[in-house]
Amino acid sequence: MSQTKKPVEEIDRVAIRFAGDSGDGMQLTGTKFTEATALAGNDLSTFPDFPAEIRAPAGSLAGVSGFQVHFASEDIRTPADAPDILMAMNPAALRANLGDLRPGGMAIVNTDAFSTKNVSQAGYTEDPLPALRDNYRLVEIPLTSLNREALASLKLGARETDRSKNFFALGLMYWLYNRPMESTERWLEGKFKGAVLEANLRVLKAGHAYGETTELFPVSFVVPKAKIEPGTYRNITGNTALAWGIIAAGQLLGQPIFLGAYPITPASDVLHELARYRHFGIKTFQAEDEIAAACSAIGASFAGHLGICTTSGPGFILKQEAIGLAVMTELPVVIVNIQRAGPSTGMPTKTEQADLLAAYYGRNSDSPVPILAPATPGDCFYTMIEAFEIAVKYMTPVVVLSDGYLANSSEPWMIPEVATLPRTNVDYRTDPDGFQPYQRDADTLARPWAVPGTPGLEHRLTGIESEDVTGNVSYLSDNHQKMVNLRAEKIARIAADLPPVEINGAERGEVLVVGWGGTCGAITAAVNEARADGQDVSSIHLRHLNPFQSDLADALSRFNQVLVAELNHGQLWRLLRAEFLVPAESLAKVEGLPFKIAEIRSRIDQMLAGS
Amino acid sequence: MAAATPLKAKDFVSDQDVRWCPGCGDYSILKNVQRVMPDLGVPKENIVFISGIGCSSRFPLYMDTFGFHTIHGRAPAFATGIKAARPELSVWVVTGDGDGLSIGGNHLMHVLRRNIDVQILLFNNRVYGLTKGQYSPTSKIGMNSKSTPQGSIDHPVDPVSFALGAGATFVARSIDVDAPHLQKMLKRAADHKGTAIIEILQNCPVYNDDIWVEVQDRKSRGEAALVLEDGEPLVWGAHGQRRGIAINDGVPSIIALGDEDDPVSKGVAIHDESHESASYAFALATLERPDFPLPIGVFRSVEKPTYEAMLQDQVDSAVEQRGDGDLESLLHSGDTWTVES
Ligand code: SF4
Repeated sequence: MSQTKKPVEEIDRVAIRFAGDSGDGMQLTGTKFTEATALAGNDLSTFPDFPAEIRAPAGSLAGVSGFQVHFASEDIRTPADAPDILMAMNPAALRANLGDLRPGGMAIVNTDAFSTKNVSQAGYTEDPLPALRDNYRLVEIPLTSLNREALASLKLGARETDRSKNFFALGLMYWLYNRPMESTERWLEGKFKGAVLEANLRVLKAGHAYGETTELFPVSFVVPKAKIEPGTYRNITGNTALAWGIIAAGQLLGQPIFLGAYPITPASDVLHELARYRHFGIKTFQAEDEIAAACSAIGASFAGHLGICTTSGPGFILKQEAIGLAVMTELPVVIVNIQRAGPSTGMPTKTEQADLLAAYYGRNSDSPVPILAPATPGDCFYTMIEAFEIAVKYMTPVVVLSDGYLANSSEPWMIPEVATLPRTNVDYRTDPDGFQPYQRDADTLARPWAVPGTPGLEHRLTGIESEDVTGNVSYLSDNHQKMVNLRAEKIARIAADLPPVEINGAERGEVLVVGWGGTCGAITAAVNEARADGQDVSSIHLRHLNPFQSDLADALSRFNQVLVAELNHGQLWRLLRAEFLVPAESLAKVEGLPFKIAEIRSRIDQMLAGS
Repeated sequence: MAAATPLKAKDFVSDQDVRWCPGCGDYSILKNVQRVMPDLGVPKENIVFISGIGCSSRFPLYMDTFGFHTIHGRAPAFATGIKAARPELSVWVVTGDGDGLSIGGNHLMHVLRRNIDVQILLFNNRVYGLTKGQYSPTSKIGMNSKSTPQGSIDHPVDPVSFALGAGATFVARSIDVDAPHLQKMLKRAADHKGTAIIEILQNCPVYNDDIWVEVQDRKSRGEAALVLEDGEPLVWGAHGQRRGIAINDGVPSIIALGDEDDPVSKGVAIHDESHESASYAFALATLERPDFPLPIGVFRSVEKPTYEAMLQDQVDSAVEQRGDGDLESLLHSGDTWTVES
């Protein structure tokens, strides 16, 4: 850590939001700051929020890209409801984000970008800065010119020069929070060469030095290391964890992975990530469309590989007919839907959890599939391993519902010991004696996985209703009833493998908040805060949406009031009411944004007040 | 796993009752496919038949091999996954004009351009059979069908031109009832490294009877069909009615020939399956009844690397360069930090 002569103040947590034009490199700035913060030993949580357009017009509100990082010396679970610091690179970034800034928080603005033109393009009728001083700590820095000064002796074009100003800002923030800069310097050295490298390194240091010399910042801050469980950690986003979970599943099950995917936001990163790891025996296939992606993965499963496809809402819907075929032919395949705000194209870069009922009921006819949902970015890793285990053990397609928030946000993740991860043997049928394609395992009801290349096991699968045991085409009514029942029963039996419901808080009481998927951090934080304030509230976070854990009904019944909090119009809420006849209430948010802790807390307050 | 006794056609007959209409051209195709299977030199357990939906797509159910009767139009995508995962398998796709060119046109195009080493048998009866008689994308304009009581107003697509346009490396046409020719084409397709597509002209006696009768009927075939033989001039017709096809600037024309004439010196083109330009095969594909004879045989056969081989190469070279993937080192790659107890 660098030395400073100014006083250093110790704080236990802070949330910073970097905001600028999509061309300003805010995602990169945020990511680098996050990495340095992780290495400094803080607990952290991030929330990147960017527009779907690759480059919206410069200076426009539509083009504002933000990255929030929350870090602390204590356990934290969310990117924080309101940032304490807003770094705004232009007027549009200020306007789009100021409403979120904590009252009294610090707004650091690049005054060079506050030309009359930019100010009016952001929709302000007058210079917004003077009015800011009343409610916030406004720090005005001529960032563009300082950056140019720092690079004056380098013969760089104006464009290249200005492009590096995010690293000036980053250097300044490193000084302000006493972060180590080495990881960023190393990264720059690996990424750039020559004058551009020199420029970036120079402005990073210049930003840092500016913090030390300017009178604008009388003190800097330090957030001590968090007391976290011993182990080796890394920072990880949900999509990286998901991709690595797929790789791990291939290793742990001892079978090659085949990924069929079509580019779609926010799932493409998983395809990109896996395409880099062919030396794990992984085959990635960029299909001609979403349907072909699913069909190719199911084909690979038919051939004995671990087939998987990764997609998002609109692509998931296109895959439904193929998933139905995998239900019918009882083939193991994993379908990951990284949900985004919809319907239709919706808001591709914004998060939502509104495909739960589509996963349950979105195929023709009764077509049950197991559904899992990771709770945190790091949990995406374990969820993928579990999804494959279920798929091959029960011979069924499995749907995993991640979401845009989990996909892009990050947290420190304790790297698991590979030796402790569960290993599963894949049982291909090899014995031709008495082989029948739909002869079921007595416990799991799974049919055998008999793959091409195995002598004596030649058989045909079809999406036409098949006779139990033989798999022959059958239009008999009794058989259809039996097969529909069997398909349902097989999925229901998975509950036997699931761990008991974990209750955060007391085992019984007044209010129970139930959530699923990526809202885990916000719900748990809200409930923990409320409990710390003495409120009678607990929470359950479901990772298994179908089947539910067998003791869920009992857990729900031990609370007087149940609140289902989710980022959709009440989908789990409907399921729980239908399944368990609980008079649950719904907290449904569909703004394309994750829950704020305060939103959940205020609903808890209301419910407790009414009790 | 070389079988001790050589396989016979009947070893490829499944125990399922065949349920096509009496007189359907599919019966003959099935028989011929079962007949060539033993000659492929592929162990039975390595043969996979994949299909979509339609009359033709019931085909895998009747073959005693591995089979997968999937969803409408998507068979090429399933086949792609199977072949990419397991290049050693012999993968056959059975499709029809509706399944392959209408709902599945997209997948057909992409499997062809990727040159995945599968054999595609496209049964073209120019009608939807299983859904009981609507016009299909290969139906002639004006066709009266249940869904076109005033006649079809769709311009049809020609499967051979479609395949050539998609960059197919092997394109052929054969006839359901012409056993020797069909068997020859099936073997050629099996031998071809890369996607091989055969348009098989198939009669649907129920909804579009005799649409191909001119070339199916031995009596008229000599007049109606131009049988393509590599290295041979494009000549057809009985004695006294010999004619040849000349192709100038990509435009085919008919040249009348005396029985003793040397076709080549008269300007008749010599068939070249592996012509460097696909436009030669395109020109052939434009030959249609009634103005021209309908070409039967291999239009084009060229070599290109297959998708699955290149994919496997990438996996192998990644392993060679980086060693077998190690999960432990992946999880610890990049920046990590340790919290001591
Ligand atoms: S409808 Fe036509 S194509 Fe279908 S089985 Fe009957 S005859 Fe054959």
